[in-house]
Amino acid sequence: MKLNQSVLALAIAAALLTGCSSDDETATDFMDGTQGGTADASLSGYGDGSGISGSETYGSGSGYGSGSAEYPNAFLGSEFSDPSNPLSKSMIYFMYDSSQVQQDFIPVIAAHAQYLLSHPTRRLTLEGHADERGSSEYNIALGEQRAKSVARMMKVQGVSESQLQVVSYGEEKPAVDGHDESAHQLNRRVELLYQGQ
Amino acid sequence: MGNILLYVEKGVRVFNLIRKIVLLSFIALYTSVTHAELTIQITKGTEKAMPIAIVPFGGQAGQAAIPVDIAEVVDNDLNRSGYFDTLPRKDMLTKPATPEEVRFRNWQVLGQDYLVIGQVIPEGGRYNINFQLFDVYKNEQMLGYRMTVPSNELRKSAHHISDLLFEKLIGKKGDFSGRIAYVTVNKEPNGRKKYNLEVADSDGYGPRAVAASYEPIMSPAWSPDGRMLAYVSFESKSSAIYVQELATGKRTRVADFRGINGAPAWSPDGSKLALTLSKDGSPDIFTLDLSSRSLTKLSTGYSIDTEPVWSPDGNHIVFTSDRGGKPQLYMMPTRGGQVKRLTFDGAYNAGASFSSDGSSLAMVHGNKGDYRIAVMDMGSRTINVLTGGPLDDAPSFSPNGTKILYATKQGGRTVLSVVSIDGRMQQKLVLNSGEVREPAWSP
Repeated sequence: MKLNQSVLALAIAAALLTGCSSDDETATDFMDGTQGGTADASLSGYGDGSGISGSETYGSGSGYGSGSAEYPNAFLGSEFSDPSNPLSKSMIYFMYDSSQVQQDFIPVIAAHAQYLLSHPTRRLTLEGHADERGSSEYNIALGEQRAKSVARMMKVQGVSESQLQVVSYGEEKPAVDGHDESAHQLNRRVELLYQGQ
Repeated sequence: MGNILLYVEKGVRVFNLIRKIVLLSFIALYTSVTHAELTIQITKGTEKAMPIAIVPFGGQAGQAAIPVDIAEVVDNDLNRSGYFDTLPRKDMLTKPATPEEVRFRNWQVLGQDYLVIGQVIPEGGRYNINFQLFDVYKNEQMLGYRMTVPSNELRKSAHHISDLLFEKLIGKKGDFSGRIAYVTVNKEPNGRKKYNLEVADSDGYGPRAVAASYEPIMSPAWSPDGRMLAYVSFESKSSAIYVQELATGKRTRVADFRGINGAPAWSPDGSKLALTLSKDGSPDIFTLDLSSRSLTKLSTGYSIDTEPVWSPDGNHIVFTSDRGGKPQLYMMPTRGGQVKRLTFDGAYNAGASFSSDGSSLAMVHGNKGDYRIAVMDMGSRTINVLTGGPLDDAPSFSPNGTKILYATKQGGRTVLSVVSIDGRMQQKLVLNSGEVREPAWSP
């Protein structure tokens, strides 16, 4: 099946593209236990799963299609709001001070890459973010590095650069407004947001 | 937020013929002074602070009320500096307004070393101010000034008086007349965040918004003449750098390249900005000539290079780079040349800020996810950690180099804090609502 081949290609790519060592200090839930290679990169392992929709309404972004905070790409079709479909996942999470894509997210990235390949007029914005710790401008750079990691994976899949737009907000637009690790974890992310019609 | 809580434990003071004063116990002050938007809370005590009495300024019988309580502004300024312990008004036995009315014994019994008195007298739409500083034990006047100012400069003249007193008694230039810029973030009822770039007096008084957006604003940087602010705004959905003239509000977009446009820093002569651009693939340091708009690339490589700051002599740029694996501070000559690593202490060092004489460098200093403000002495290259963390950020030196303004978390909110460089004094500037971040002290 094409999807499994893509997943395999991305898994190899991830291994080859391993960048800076992740300086993780605590093992977080989503690092262990989930089966690699399944289509469901479930969020149930990430502490408080309800944090995804967040206390923060995601920006009513001009340029983005309208969708709920939890399924921002729902305007594209029902697969983007079907929890059992990887296309409904729009968040890629990262370890502390790392821009390395974790195994669990490879299926999600593969699914979006496939979608872009089969819809060449669609453009995806990859928004890079960081948690609030450390200095703000360095966090802008870290957010960009994360977004570029994900974009690179998609390009390896054959997605054209012209379909991908990278922007970083660093620590300036947290998904969750808390100051503890459970909030930080949900803020270290890349958001995948398709541009509206 | 208007409660005044004063807990004072008075120690024993010992005099001898040469006026050796020893303050034996630690005085902790928790005082809150409400200004228009920002409330100042003094949270750390002042040891060995000079006792000084600033008497409410007098006037002429029957004159109209003066719009600004000059003595109160001076009192708060000197208290905030950490060098002075000001006498509360309720403890004053008398309130002289002219030298003839002063009885030094009245101040000696209260243990005051210094006395400030003055008058404010309206005349033809302006105000005549005069004040004198006395050494209580030598029974002599040390300083006397008179000035005439319009009504809208009363507060400014009070800060000027504080500067004069500070310079006379401490021997360093005062920093009470400066301004601070900072970003506030307020969540609206519908959940949307509003970002305001504000400028206020350095005591938090009189804030006004100079830019506002529903997208983030960051990294305000004052021009050396204090007339302009450079800043980063995401109002066009991706980052761009603007330079805005404060008096007119006129602004120019000076950098909006592909990728990151960030961390603007003015050269000491005001002709250039150093900044971070990732248009060539990874974040690099560039300088931009503001009149010709020509760009010069100063750093290269695949690493993140960002947060440039100029040394005050204009010869070097210090910046943050993760070329060694984790963010550390590096220095290079402004015209390009060898890059040298500056920081070796701690897992993470970023966000550098120079004191105006170039002798000290403040930074965000991190270890295992705990971030504090530290200062490096540029001569010895030793680092001193000044704050308690764990989420301290964005240090900015005061113009006279005695204090550092930075952002920190208190009670779940981001607030501004000021710490004196020797760690003896700490205050917080708390916004009545919302968060305050990215502070910058004017030159």
